Amino acid sequence: MSESSEAKLDRSSRAATRRAAEAVVGRLISLSGWSAIAVLTAIAVFLASNAWKALSDPQVGLIRMLTGTSWYPTSTPPLYGFIQYIIASLRVTGVALAIAVPIGIAAAIYISEFAPARLKGIAKSVIEFMAAVPSVVYGLMGVYVLGPALKDLFGMQSALTALSAGVVLAFMALPTIISISEDAMHSVPSELRQGSLALGNTHWQTTRKVIVPAASSGIFASVMLGLGRAIGETMVVLMVAGNSMELTWSLTTSARPLTAVIAGEMGEVVQGGLHYSALFVVGLTLFVVTFLVNLAADLVLERQRARWRR
Amino acid sequence: MVSTAETLARPKCGAFDLTDVSVAYGDEVALSGVDLRIEPASVTALIGPSGCGKSTLLRCLNRMNDELGNVTVSGKIQLDGDDIYARDVDPVELRMRVGQVFQKPNPFPMSIYDNVAYGPRTHGVPKSEMDLLVEDSLRRAALWDEVRGHLKKHAFELSGGQQQRLCIARALATRPEVMLMDEPASALDPISTQQIEDTIAELKSDVTIVIVTHNMQQAARISDRTAFMLRESMERPAFLVEVGDTRTIFTNPSDKRTEAYITGRFG
Amino acid sequence: MSVQRNRVRQARAVEAAMKLVTGACAAAVMLSAAGLLGYLLVRGLPAMSWSFLTGMPLKDPPGIWPAIVGTFWLTVGTAAFALPVGIAAGIYLSEYAKRGRLTRLIRLSIANMAGVPSIVYGLFGAALFVMLLRFGLSLLSGSLTLACLTLPVIITSTEEALRQVPQDLRQASLALGATRWRTISKVVLPAAAPGIVTGSILGLSRAAGETAPVMFTAVFFLTGLPKSPFDKVMALPYHIYIMATQPVRPQPLVVWGSALVLVAGVSIVNVAAAAWRSRARKKVRW
Ligand SMILES: Nc1ncnc2c1ncn2[C@@H]1O[C@H](COP(=O)(O)OP(=O)(O)OP(=O)(O)O)[C@@H](O)[C@H]1O
Ligand SMILES: [Mg+2]
Repeated sequence: MSESSEAKLDRSSRAATRRAAEAVVGRLISLSGWSAIAVLTAIAVFLASNAWKALSDPQVGLIRMLTGTSWYPTSTPPLYGFIQYIIASLRVTGVALAIAVPIGIAAAIYISEFAPARLKGIAKSVIEFMAAVPSVVYGLMGVYVLGPALKDLFGMQSALTALSAGVVLAFMALPTIISISEDAMHSVPSELRQGSLALGNTHWQTTRKVIVPAASSGIFASVMLGLGRAIGETMVVLMVAGNSMELTWSLTTSARPLTAVIAGEMGEVVQGGLHYSALFVVGLTLFVVTFLVNLAADLVLERQRARWRR
Repeated sequence: MVSTAETLARPKCGAFDLTDVSVAYGDEVALSGVDLRIEPASVTALIGPSGCGKSTLLRCLNRMNDELGNVTVSGKIQLDGDDIYARDVDPVELRMRVGQVFQKPNPFPMSIYDNVAYGPRTHGVPKSEMDLLVEDSLRRAALWDEVRGHLKKHAFELSGGQQQRLCIARALATRPEVMLMDEPASALDPISTQQIEDTIAELKSDVTIVIVTHNMQQAARISDRTAFMLRESMERPAFLVEVGDTRTIFTNPSDKRTEAYITGRFG
Repeated sequence: MSVQRNRVRQARAVEAAMKLVTGACAAAVMLSAAGLLGYLLVRGLPAMSWSFLTGMPLKDPPGIWPAIVGTFWLTVGTAAFALPVGIAAGIYLSEYAKRGRLTRLIRLSIANMAGVPSIVYGLFGAALFVMLLRFGLSLLSGSLTLACLTLPVIITSTEEALRQVPQDLRQASLALGATRWRTISKVVLPAAAPGIVTGSILGLSRAAGETAPVMFTAVFFLTGLPKSPFDKVMALPYHIYIMATQPVRPQPLVVWGSALVLVAGVSIVNVAAAAWRSRARKKVRW
């Protein structure tokens, strides 16, 4: 072995460089691992800090905002009560879930338990397509097609109502509910299915007594995620709900959900002003609510994953 | 309504008669020309190398093949003289008479009690008799002594061997005439295997048992009759080589392929 | 026996009924998706022309070229920020992270990020990028905002794709004396590439269709082509929104034409990615 000392040096220094490079790459990757925590924290911090002006204002404050029923930014003193908007969100979301949950779970049951393999593949692609359609396009369908149709059907004053927005939102929540429920039922081990069938149960009895209970946490999570999607959706409600500030529980009148308030007014406010800050309070409310909803879904999903990881 | 005596009455043991049975997956014939009688109140072992259609044949007997989608079964299979592939036979009804235990224990994610009561509930056994039926089934599966007083415990908390005996109890609770077992002990440790074998020995006076096993000693120990199956090449379907008394098959088989397989296994 | 037979008949009847009901629900969903696509085609196809795709909005006939260009650059910008961080984070979760509190917290954050409403990302982007960092209403602010929104999708799909690479492959490489990073970059990543690319494209195409997050961070109704990352841009979704809701001078042809372009663009990219993945998967089978 007659390696020149120069070559040896060269090789060892190259190895050292590579080791150093690897250490740097490893650091960068670990750092990126924190990105999700960082962004989520940053969102919370920025929402809170920008909301602070309104929250700490003696004439506004959280209590007045959460108990007041009128939103008049230009009156003196300005009023920023937004119960009516929260209720509007509930009206629209309620309609959406009332439609999407039963239909979505039923469709998921059919796709997972009854549909022939070929149809299953087609159904999954269609659902992927539905999930990929941008929300503004759903809004468009609501404004031009569904809204007018519902107006005639229910004899509503306007085509743009809580009901119309809710129906459109149902279509947007459906892919979430179907795909996650279907996934949960599909991941129930097929031995359980076989076991139940071999005991003389029909497919439906098997589904009802074994598959759905075993997949219940996944189904629950799908509903929570669908709910989160419906509460947080902006463009559809902005375009289809009709933007009425009235406090009402009626479904056939217009509504202005939380997301529509932000989207509708953010462009017109003075940046850094009280009104601007009040919109951040609304955003913070949305953030907290969807955070809780998603947390519930995630905790339940995690439990389900642990269950089949035997 | 069904009386308690009837609930717990042992049904008669079933006997199968198979005539020229063939099975195809799609257009690939996997098994053909099987003529076989399965005697009542006895243990019949199906043996043969991997891929020779043992599971396929077993699944014909409770029509679980129907659930796979692309399977065609031809020939005649009779259970106590009734053609089980006749048009007016619902596989669901058949499966109440022919139970199955699978290779991997597959208890449902519910309590021990609910697992055993699962079948009877479907079949309309009244609540008042359920406790008795559950206890009886667990006793027959030789699990009662280990789980009495813990019936509300989740089935997943049992050991693998206990889970398998729970699955046997679950199948017994529907009072089947025949019990199919596809390598029921292959996923278990030696002690659990021993317990399953004991259970089978006790059961056979009450219920006809058909068991698939790769374990020659096991077949020799527990079965009364043995059927040897073989698939000689992938191009040709599997077939039944011979069937007879277990002692005869193991000591004095009439086909040399059987002998080769058995002696090869025994080393 | 006949009691039993009746019971079975009844159970079969219930089964048939439930199959019908659930099947009807599934069919209704499928049909409405088909209806949506059909309606888009019927209303949008008449708008399709060279001048519509490549013309300017205020010309006659009006075009949507700046909106297409704007959406394109917003998506490219999003990719530029989200891909490196997202893929690295996916690698971290799959290859470096140990099971523990921190990992659990990271996963929880990712799941929750995915659920934050897009308008909240818009507020966040306006506060951080537009205001605090003084990027103003610009391609840069919009891309950064959309990158935050897309991050969870990219992290999740990267991690998932990496997890599907069999453990043996890693061990084989490590056993040959390769370092961890070398194993990842030369063996694991290439094997997982199809999954990562498809997942990323899915996430990016969703970003391309978003309106709310760019409303206060990047877009303007009528503006020219961007010359630098600090210019504001037009974007297809926002264009659709404005054109659809403005009461004066409604232009249904522009609205539906733009919607068709947006949906077609998103779908074609997704289908192509999925097709490419399944081809790549066929080549490497575990
Ligand atoms: N679902 C199926 N679809 C297509 N072919 C199948 C299916 N199940 C089994 N086969 C084929 O039928 C043949 C017999 O398989 P089977 O599972 O019955 O064998 P086996 O004797 O039980 O084997 P093992 O001892 O490994 O369990 C095999 O060639 C197999 O490839
Ligand atoms: Mg087998």
